[in-house]
Amino acid sequence: MDAVCTFCGNVCDDVEFDVNTQKGKRFCALGLAKFREKERIKSPMVDGKEVSYEEAIEKAAEILVSSKKPLLYGWASTVNEAIRYGVILTEKVRGVYDQCASVCHAPGTLAVIEEGIPGGSLGAIKNRADVVIFWGSNPLEAHPRHPTRYSVMAKGFLIKDRKDRKVIVVDVRKTKSAKMADKFVQIKPGYDYAIISALRALVKGEDIEANEVGGVPKEELAELADIMKNAKYGVILYGLGVTQSRGRDRNIENAVKLIQLLNRYARWIIWPMRGHYNVVGAGEVPAWEVGYQYAIDFSRGYPRFSPAEFSAVEMLLRKDCDAMLVVSSDPAAHFPRRAVEHMKNIPVIQIDPFPNMTTLLSNVIIPSAVAGIEAEGWAYRMDGIPVRVKKLVDSPYWSDEKILKEMLRIVEEKLEG
Amino acid sequence: MLWIKNGIVIDPKNKIDGEKMDIFIKDGKIVDESEVNKDECRVIDANNKLVVAGGVEMHAHIAGSKINVGRTMRPEEMRIVRHTANKLRASIGRVLLTSPAIGYEYAKIGYTTAVEAASPPIGSPHTHEELDAIPIVDKAMLPVFGNWHFVFKYVAEKDREKLKAFIAWAIERTKGYGVKVVNPGGVEAWMYGGNVKNLEDEVPNWGVTPKEIITELVKSNEELDLPHSVHLHCNNLGNPGNYQTTIETMKLVSGLANEKRQTLHVTHVQFNAYAGSSWRDVASGAEEIAKVVNSMDNITIDMGQAIFGHATAMTGDAPFQFTLHKLTGSRWVNKDSEIEGGAGIVPIAYLPKNPVHALQWAIGLELGLLVDSDKVVLTTDYPNGGPFTEYPYVMAMLMSRKMREKELERVSPYVQKATSLPAIEVEKTLYDVIQMTRSLPARVMGMENKGHLGIGADADVAIYSINPDDVDPAAQYELINSEFRKPVYTIKGGEIVVKDGAVVAESWGRTFWVDARKKVSLDSIDEDLNSFFNSYYTIQRKNYGIQEEWLRNPVRVEVN
Repeated sequence: MDAVCTFCGNVCDDVEFDVNTQKGKRFCALGLAKFREKERIKSPMVDGKEVSYEEAIEKAAEILVSSKKPLLYGWASTVNEAIRYGVILTEKVRGVYDQCASVCHAPGTLAVIEEGIPGGSLGAIKNRADVVIFWGSNPLEAHPRHPTRYSVMAKGFLIKDRKDRKVIVVDVRKTKSAKMADKFVQIKPGYDYAIISALRALVKGEDIEANEVGGVPKEELAELADIMKNAKYGVILYGLGVTQSRGRDRNIENAVKLIQLLNRYARWIIWPMRGHYNVVGAGEVPAWEVGYQYAIDFSRGYPRFSPAEFSAVEMLLRKDCDAMLVVSSDPAAHFPRRAVEHMKNIPVIQIDPFPNMTTLLSNVIIPSAVAGIEAEGWAYRMDGIPVRVKKLVDSPYWSDEKILKEMLRIVEEKLEG
Repeated sequence: MLWIKNGIVIDPKNKIDGEKMDIFIKDGKIVDESEVNKDECRVIDANNKLVVAGGVEMHAHIAGSKINVGRTMRPEEMRIVRHTANKLRASIGRVLLTSPAIGYEYAKIGYTTAVEAASPPIGSPHTHEELDAIPIVDKAMLPVFGNWHFVFKYVAEKDREKLKAFIAWAIERTKGYGVKVVNPGGVEAWMYGGNVKNLEDEVPNWGVTPKEIITELVKSNEELDLPHSVHLHCNNLGNPGNYQTTIETMKLVSGLANEKRQTLHVTHVQFNAYAGSSWRDVASGAEEIAKVVNSMDNITIDMGQAIFGHATAMTGDAPFQFTLHKLTGSRWVNKDSEIEGGAGIVPIAYLPKNPVHALQWAIGLELGLLVDSDKVVLTTDYPNGGPFTEYPYVMAMLMSRKMREKELERVSPYVQKATSLPAIEVEKTLYDVIQMTRSLPARVMGMENKGHLGIGADADVAIYSINPDDVDPAAQYELINSEFRKPVYTIKGGEIVVKDGAVVAESWGRTFWVDARKKVSLDSIDEDLNSFFNSYYTIQRKNYGIQEEWLRNPVRVEVN
């Protein structure tokens, strides 16, 4: 059956999956693993006891309504329809909405606030980009089909052949992706900002005094600047190597300034390589509903944005939330230990198709249908292009959308009553 | 059932100018008195009050990736709290509003319909998701065609039948309402760092010119007989001297006629009405444009009025946005979109003492005053020229020379020599401004049941505490400016949504889309679609677009 993959930010819409035989076509290994049957949460549970959906949702609503400041976190691996109910639910219970980006690509959002983002869709890259730079990103291992579908081997309007395109990988170690590149630039960890600054100077035609920056000899930097300046249409695709290393949002801000400058000479764009299949939607939906992408507090009845204050890890470290709803995410496995410690001390509600570390410390567990296999809805690819993920098979599990809609209804009832 | 009693009605479509009458509403429609049982009606006492149709916004950027990136880029915009969550949603925003805020704020000035003026076709599901999140108002959206490779191909091949088929296919897939064109050819040239300046410039790789693109799209649109004409954002936007390009563009449609509506709508003309050769000698070209528009019977325009204060430039005209970024040094978002076009976003603030900004403000007003009231729609090109919430200010300015004189005192004196605004004596009437905000935009959009209060019209009504028999707008401009901001009632589809200027109920409007597939042979373009999707798109053809059932409350408008 025609499917749309709901693993990474590529959201490949050309795949096929047979639910009966568990076989897929055109999937990468990561996507296929997500689609194949694996251990599921069997039933809704409250405090270790199997209950009905209605009972679990009732209990969850009760926890949310009676808490002073609940944290509603996750959202990157579900569809927009569910996220929208989640945002409205957070507003109703005057809690805090945060999503996975706050621990990965949010520095890119901060850079957008400082400088904007001169970008383009993946189709723009496929059709036009003759220079492609992966900076602190490793598509072959994180977004395996990105090179073939969009960026390296992809053929399009102006790019007829792999030879029409120069591919450069900038990273601290020689990744698998580095091996497919025409040029690999190995940099010292934490020197992205300095290197970007050097490139800005060189592109402008200025000299730099140092003989090397961040482990890259001046000649190599000059060569890189030259390639960039002489591109017809270039793109920097950056990853967590840039957002989560020293400098964080300042790195990307600096890279955006480099792109602004390059556009005086050639056409250039820059774009983040987003991870989960709908982490873009987890930011876009709250942006239109309440004005911000993440770290949004509603305790005053209107949304406030403050990343250092209202992002999930900060909230947990400060013990500033007294309940937590986790949707399609696994903070217990990924957050700092001290943050997880607080999760153990407060009621946690989980909505997820699969058991994970967070399941182990959740008081209310609500299993959900897998979007892309058992439920449909909108997801936004890493470039913000909407793709409708499909429902291939009926399932006894409720979709995230249905669970959250019902939870919102009961919460509204309780608040009014 | 509603009975609006003793109101003073202005309804330009039905040639009613200040007549005391009753309006009856049943099942969301305006009906004849005989249709209702008066005993069962809720009665609204509109004695000495102005009763008009709900406002129709025909060009604003209210949904989709552009405004949403704008919100993300500008948290400083989101720090104005308009409404705290209780029964209604929280709503925030200075000029860039959240989706709930957009619905509430339109209703709060008596507007009940709003059209998103530019959606990248591949992003149309996003646009619809946001439209579906806007409460109260009825909606529609216009997909952008002017830089789409399919359009270049069929224009180059001079194959109008296929172009028509493509338009019908694309509007159905995007659930769009009409054909929007932004800087035809210029955005494609931007992919190579360039732009097009003149109507005769060639588009790189395609050998077609803006002139050919516009002409073919207009002719196709007319042959398809779509409810709305081509909706054009002209080439050369934002550049001194561009008024000539605008006039040349308008003349491309001379000789074409359509008895129901215009054959070309030229949008936010303020940004395309500059004389002079550089920013040093820039001046207004509004008078010349007004002459041309008034002399042609098949052109309409909207103002694109600049409002002093904060705004955000956002448009499919990506090369212009880069120019603006260079000019202002401000933040810059760009989005090149597959083979369909592009877009850009740049924050801006219009300052009264800045000569260029004052000029832009004056040109908008000149256009509003000098163009006949049945040819110019009131818009700010939200959020490009400023917030739509300032429409009452613009209405008052159009009606009062005294108010304009007062405002002129605080703006750059450059306006005195570069525009004719100080000398313009025209004072539009209440009838004129109701026309420019209701009946005309509805007619321009081809929305028959909107913008008037005749039998069968949608029951979208605004009632203001203005007594047309008593008021002198030229002198009482403050009253006009304040009362149009707080309708006594806004009624949407027969439901009272605003009372005394405050939102009292949240209803959900409909989304209109146009289906012209019956008029074309979709088979004729099947192979081309497959070939382009296989070669140039990153989405499978089968996954492109939106099914009707995925929209919240769709209305299909079939063209036969």
